[in-house]
Amino acid sequence: MARVVILGGGVSGHTAATFAAKWLGNGHEVVVVTPNAKWNWIPSNIWVGVGQMKKEEVTFDLAPVYKKAGITYKQAKAVSLNPEGSETETKPFVTIEYTGQSKTGETEDVTYDYVINATGPKLNFGATPGLGEGSQLGDHTVSVCTADHAEHANHKLLESIEKMKKGERQKFLVGTGHGMCTCQGAAFEYIFNIEHELKKAGVRDMADIKWISNESFLGDFGMGGLHMKVGGYVVSSKIFSESLYAERGVDWMIGAHVSKVEAGSIDYELLDGTTGKENFDFAMLIPPFAGVGLKAYGKDGSDITDTVFAPNGFMKVDAKYDAGAYENWKASDWPRTYQNPTYNNMFACGIAFAPPHIISKPMSSPNGTPINPTPPRTGMPSGIIGKAVAHSVCDLITKGESAHLHEASMAEMGAACVASAGKGLTTGTAAAMTVYPVVPDFEKYPGTGRDTDYTFGEIGLAGHWIKHVLHHLFIYKAKLKPGWTLIPE
Amino acid sequence: MAVKQEELNFSRNEQSETTMLPGSFAKAMRTNVIWQFIRFVVINLKMLVVVSKSH
Repeated sequence: MARVVILGGGVSGHTAATFAAKWLGNGHEVVVVTPNAKWNWIPSNIWVGVGQMKKEEVTFDLAPVYKKAGITYKQAKAVSLNPEGSETETKPFVTIEYTGQSKTGETEDVTYDYVINATGPKLNFGATPGLGEGSQLGDHTVSVCTADHAEHANHKLLESIEKMKKGERQKFLVGTGHGMCTCQGAAFEYIFNIEHELKKAGVRDMADIKWISNESFLGDFGMGGLHMKVGGYVVSSKIFSESLYAERGVDWMIGAHVSKVEAGSIDYELLDGTTGKENFDFAMLIPPFAGVGLKAYGKDGSDITDTVFAPNGFMKVDAKYDAGAYENWKASDWPRTYQNPTYNNMFACGIAFAPPHIISKPMSSPNGTPINPTPPRTGMPSGIIGKAVAHSVCDLITKGESAHLHEASMAEMGAACVASAGKGLTTGTAAAMTVYPVVPDFEKYPGTGRDTDYTFGEIGLAGHWIKHVLHHLFIYKAKLKPGWTLIPE
Repeated sequence: MAVKQEELNFSRNEQSETTMLPGSFAKAMRTNVIWQFIRFVVINLKMLVVVSKSH
């Protein structure tokens, strides 16, 4: 009987765990280690952040779902990995520290035959002075990264709306809180949902709304931008995005690294080296992501963290990490199987794997401050990779160590992205986009790096309906309701 | 002659001046339920193709 331990219960980890449990059956054990008691459909946090959904609508308890699936659930955070075991334990193990189940603070060594690292990111608020401490959000800004954060953001938004109703003008600043952030999409959705809600509340004319981002151009999205079919044209995402910002009366500041946050203001540095200060009454700034800080130890207790993890804390997989300068980057640098090159029984999926390099063109200010978006690894790719990794591990267990590993390269995978621009059954809109492939392949598609037959976008009510349908569909799937396997990732 | 909304948006600042902006017809079609239902079907079909190519 083999034991598969999955670290993390987000989109990627939950997908990997539920498919592994289904494919392996009762003959083997699947263990999920996650510090959270609830699963969160993160894309809908945007609507919690503007009061259009309640926290309970975007989360559900994990314990009953895992019980139904026959998965051993440990509400705990992973602290360290011993891929060779230790002097007292022959099997590899992961050391965990409980965060619930009436064992808070207790530690345990969980042995494994295979481990899948799907820990997701550490929300690294502490990277920007004043934005927060470590992974804790600070007092000056809000966030929509978790359902609790989003609920708090909505309270602050309502306070601002009340002030505007009393005649007090408000400045909204939304975007990225550091030069190395990813996940611009969430901030993009939030700024337009705020704008939509302010209109509904009748106070839009009392608000100044500004976007601040580490992208070198609007519409980079951490993917180096994209060229997509819009209304019969092939259009750069720069034009597509600028059009929406201009239409909604939202100003923008791009190529910006937020260097400090204080009450009511931020300090920033731009790609041209200039620095400045921007005031705000309400700010939602996405933090940069980092690995969760897992350590790794050899059999003799020596620290082998650098062997297993990249310097940013994400796990090394079968990517080409020595590609060198931007001019040498290729689609083939991106991992295919997500297997750790040193330990064959370790895999990573979702945000937890270390990408070989960024996708956007690397840029820095004349002062040497890197200001560029890091690659997105969330949503659809995260689920697809989680499933592929689970498939590989199941085959290794059931067919033996020579089993073929399943592949899911982001350079051969598309993504559907629906970015809400306001909620409402007949008044809502969203930018519905697909991109194929996520990582551009300039050898296969020499023009734009992507297949423009499958890379398209449009804004409208249809996109909003799709986002709403996806909300219910993916929560239904995550709850393992009848037919859940038929719903694609 | 009344100033159109897109003209106002173009003139807001230099950033907005060089982009494209939807006129009243394009904006109306974005929330026209009948047209958007058709787009809903079309976009879903396109997304299914992308999803199928990705698995």
